[in-house]
Amino acid sequence: MNFALSDEQLELQRSARQILSAECPMTRVRKIAGSPAGLDPDLQRVFAEAGWLGILVPESLGGAGLGLLDAAVLLHELGRAVAPGPFIVSSIGAVVALRAAGTRAQQEAWLPRIASGDAIATLAIAEGEEPRFDGPGIQARAARAAGGATLSGIKMFVEYAHVADLLLSAFRAGKPSGEDGLGGVGLFAVPGRAKGLSVVPLVSIDETRRPCEARFRNVRVPISDVLSGAGTKRSGGDAPRGLRRAMDACAIAIAAESLGGAERALEGAVEYVKVREQFGRPVGSFQAVQHMAADALAQVEPARSLLWYAAWAFDARPKEAPLAAAMAKALCTDVYREVSRAAIEMHGGIGFTWEHDMHFWFKRALSNASAFGDAAFHRERVARLSGF
Amino acid sequence: MDLDLAPEDKTFRDALRAWLRENAPRGARRGPRAQEASAAGEIERQRVWQRKLHAAGYVGIGWPRADGGRGASLTQQTILSEEMTRHGAPPPIGYLGIQMVGPTIIQWGTEDQKRKFLPPILHGEDLWCQGYSEPGSGSDLASLKTSAVRDGEDLVVNGQKIWTSNAHVADWIFCLVRTDSEAPKHGGISYLLIDMKTPGITVRPLVQMTGDATFNEVFFDNARVPAANVLGGLNNGWAVANTTLVHERHMLGNPMHTQNLFDGLLRIARRVRRNGRPAIEDPAVRDRVAGFRIEMEAMRCKAWRDLTSALQGKNPGVEPSITKLRTTWLNHRLAEMALELLGPYGPLYRGSKHVADDAFWPYEFMFSLGMIIGGGTSQIQRNIIAQRGLGLPRGH
Repeated sequence: MNFALSDEQLELQRSARQILSAECPMTRVRKIAGSPAGLDPDLQRVFAEAGWLGILVPESLGGAGLGLLDAAVLLHELGRAVAPGPFIVSSIGAVVALRAAGTRAQQEAWLPRIASGDAIATLAIAEGEEPRFDGPGIQARAARAAGGATLSGIKMFVEYAHVADLLLSAFRAGKPSGEDGLGGVGLFAVPGRAKGLSVVPLVSIDETRRPCEARFRNVRVPISDVLSGAGTKRSGGDAPRGLRRAMDACAIAIAAESLGGAERALEGAVEYVKVREQFGRPVGSFQAVQHMAADALAQVEPARSLLWYAAWAFDARPKEAPLAAAMAKALCTDVYREVSRAAIEMHGGIGFTWEHDMHFWFKRALSNASAFGDAAFHRERVARLSGF
Repeated sequence: MDLDLAPEDKTFRDALRAWLRENAPRGARRGPRAQEASAAGEIERQRVWQRKLHAAGYVGIGWPRADGGRGASLTQQTILSEEMTRHGAPPPIGYLGIQMVGPTIIQWGTEDQKRKFLPPILHGEDLWCQGYSEPGSGSDLASLKTSAVRDGEDLVVNGQKIWTSNAHVADWIFCLVRTDSEAPKHGGISYLLIDMKTPGITVRPLVQMTGDATFNEVFFDNARVPAANVLGGLNNGWAVANTTLVHERHMLGNPMHTQNLFDGLLRIARRVRRNGRPAIEDPAVRDRVAGFRIEMEAMRCKAWRDLTSALQGKNPGVEPSITKLRTTWLNHRLAEMALELLGPYGPLYRGSKHVADDAFWPYEFMFSLGMIIGGGTSQIQRNIIAQRGLGLPRGH
């Protein structure tokens, strides 16, 4: 029994924190957040050179060949830095989906490019009516067509679709089946420049994240770009499993990032209340303030343990992963919201200004809360997976 | 990371499980009937249970071999405590001796003290209670006033202790007393071991809100205690007491107790009906029960992490305070939700077939509130977390 990060993981944490403080300070975050595309190719290059973009890509395909717990350590640091960019959808979600459900040729075509930063991939899953990240949320249909499939429908909240080279798109190819209704869903590797695909960026309060609306109008997908999925000639394949794994990985990734963000927001607030004086003493000496900070830490630490477990289980005990991922996502994003709100309150008026950085974590907490299913969605998953 | 038990720990656990199935009485469940627990026959029955546990090698397993234990690892101590709770086996009646004063005597005691005090603790002959809190010294423990003044070979003790669990049945009390009234408040305290039969000691039971009377006031009126019963040196009591606190923290936050409460809540949610269907099918109930499961699993994972960190010899820092704060609050809310689902049946306490689960839930609802207060209130834990964990300045 050993429930601790390894020396290598601690080293990854140290080096990531160092690189991010040098290359991704808040001045750069602000610049990227204020830019039209919300993406900085130079920063992406830094991430690629550090080996981060291919952290889950096998070494044989140009990656680091590490596991999700390693990635969670990195994501925790990216969350601390509120680093902008498509890391979660591209280097976690798309990589996991391709590894779980992609053909050899598809993996060889995309994984080295994602790892090198040459290509950005994203996931097109949720839809407008009831944006949710499981089978019932995927209604848009993939029609069989000679030599492949034709996709039509609107996908919502497709992160970084406006700059993506690859949209791994989930469309319904057959009847729903399975506990999460993902049976019958096909996954399609749609190039960013596919004919019939149009993308509209959406502006959210979290400008470090760029969701888009992606419209598919009779987008033709040749069979070579169909991930082995039901409802196509390769029926009985692994697309639902690939999607399920990708969404569990993304849920855990969001949880890791949220925890890093919560930790950093709390640190900032604690530093501030140590020096801000009122009534002739630091405001951090007042118990009303101390107890806010203590409650925040007392929420962060248990959530951190659950997160490590979920990230470890994803690779080591895949059967436990769906439940663990749902638990970690629900808890860590709730904690992030509460802690980032408390951190702003602890700053008083200065925390409410645009000039102060604190709102970046507060806003990221809000966008993380709904990404890949909100807490209520995941608690219902927990109820179902626990057999309630 | 690796969450599988080592082969020797798995062997230990499996043997323990088999032994408990064969030998353990059930009925560790708390409830209003525990009121009769102080009856002489019941105490004797519990001593027999401890002797049986001891004969099987399951008492004081973390103690060194030389002191009568088996030098078991923290992992196996944790397994023992969790498996006992899981099985519903009562803890040994001498648990305050086994888990708190015993390890403290092992660390600080002279050879004579060890020889005299340790074996009767293991065998269940001597039951101990803890004399810390006083009417005027609760959260501010170091302000305690009970005095012990040297007179020849003895210390003469005067004062009062309060909230003393099990004093009415205990043979001995480990007590913090003031031996130097001139010194700064932490500096003049000694850790004194006192025979409860000493003339001048009076025990008065306090009836708790549960109806139980396991709490007491203990009065000292010129009680003469051999000076040889000071543990760890005169005026060194604060340091010695902190050892006991560390051992107390190992007793807190047993995730298996939370699991038992959660399982009970889930059974109720499946049994009772709400809006014409089982409550567990009600979306609001499902959401909350799932939320509790998540909190519980987070605390379980935290316990693994804290255990690993202890095995690596790391300072626990404020983690025990976080565990105490979160676990007591979680347990209280689990009982609260169970009562809510039981509706008007929930508060029924005795004397009717309509009483649910032998009134376990109203009892636990009250008992768990006591746990929020005892052993350092939640507010004190927050002070500790803020000041020692986050480095905030001493509060106002």
